[in-house]
Amino acid sequence: MTRAVEWVKVDSERYPATEGESVRDERVVNGKRVWHPRKSKAAALLVKGVDLPIGDARVLYLGAGAGTTPSYFADVARAVYAVEFAPSPASRLVDVAETRKRLFPLFADARKPSEYSSVVEGVDVLYQDVATRGQADVALKNAGFVREGGRAYVIVKARSEDVTAEPEEKYEEVAEKLDEKYEVEKVVDLSPFYDDHAAVVARRR
Amino acid sequence: MTAWFERGTDADALETSLEDGAEPEVRDLPALAVEKGVFETHDGYYDALHEATVEVARRRVDDAVDTAERDIVNAVRTLETLSEQINELDERGRDWSDETGRVPVDEIVEARESHEEARDETRRFIEERTPELAPNLSNLAGSVLAARLIALAGGLDKLARMPSSTVQVLGAEDALFAHLRGDAPPPKHGVIYVHPYVRETDADERGSAARAVAGKLTIAARVDRYAGDLRPELAEELDEKIEGIRSRDGGDGS
Repeated sequence: MTRAVEWVKVDSERYPATEGESVRDERVVNGKRVWHPRKSKAAALLVKGVDLPIGDARVLYLGAGAGTTPSYFADVARAVYAVEFAPSPASRLVDVAETRKRLFPLFADARKPSEYSSVVEGVDVLYQDVATRGQADVALKNAGFVREGGRAYVIVKARSEDVTAEPEEKYEEVAEKLDEKYEVEKVVDLSPFYDDHAAVVARRR
Repeated sequence: MTAWFERGTDADALETSLEDGAEPEVRDLPALAVEKGVFETHDGYYDALHEATVEVARRRVDDAVDTAERDIVNAVRTLETLSEQINELDERGRDWSDETGRVPVDEIVEARESHEEARDETRRFIEERTPELAPNLSNLAGSVLAARLIALAGGLDKLARMPSSTVQVLGAEDALFAHLRGDAPPPKHGVIYVHPYVRETDADERGSAARAVAGKLTIAARVDRYAGDLRPELAEELDEKIEGIRSRDGGDGS
């Protein structure tokens, strides 16, 4: 079995897809689960041409939600550590984790990495999609898990930080803060798939 | 710093290790576990880790759902008590000063202010916690109404099992029983009346609006209970439905 994200054609668009058991009502084409860019920010990133090297990688996923995108990651990654703190999504995340041998659910607060530091190994990729304030701080606090040169993808939702600021200013502000521990490569706006969302793509120093 | 498997390889060992509270570190835990002879292979390590993390997360999530539910129910009842008391203090204060031109006890004003602070703080608590338990219900109803519905139903689980016709009249039990005794028409709505889509719809169509809101809130509660992910499309569907009802009202109303 190949362990990489592939591309399939759906309605004349190319979408990322992986092989694995379905967890929701996702579309399956040629035996592969299609990642829809409107239902998964990671899918939106890939469709926008961003490199997301999760094949055989160790991934720390912060803000795992109900586990849909982590399940895609776990289709191809070596290990996915999925942290979620809201009880209802976390309940579903545990169900999803039961279907994936290398998806490890952690019901914990991503702002307190010491709550899971005895379990999480050094990772190649940090993927973060938390809705709380202080998104940059969360990525900084968890930087200790990321191997040197490892990638970080920090999803920034402009509105959860400050409703009055321009989205671009907010993205820049997060990027500047990340500079303390990461070398920021670019900021990718997730429109048209998600409004007021961007991903800050960086490397661990 | 210790790793979880140094204390044992089951869920209990893992749960204890989570309390160590050490700083994050880049460590090759599967290799370390094999090196120390705890596991023979990386796969063996990951299999044990999977079993333990799933079990611990399941335990903790179940506890947290119960706690969150109890917190939300208590908070929303406290909020109602505080609001009633503030109203009552206002009334008393007004009567007193109408009669005598003054309220000689300063502490009454202070008590009102501290009640108000407590009310605002309780509301903030509800606004923070309810979306964690019920993201979709909170998104559609607002956190306070979502919390009231959860409290009236006796929990999210019970709310998720109710038919939407029951959700529609939650909080209107007195009116419902009067109707069942044959003394009154059936209530069109219970606490969902405070939802802008019910309250701000013309009286002619308010029953339809209440039915539409109750239907979508019921679906939201079910998604929250059984799926847990936020589905913004639910709000969009409700917007469209209400728009349809209101335009129908405007169409044949005048």
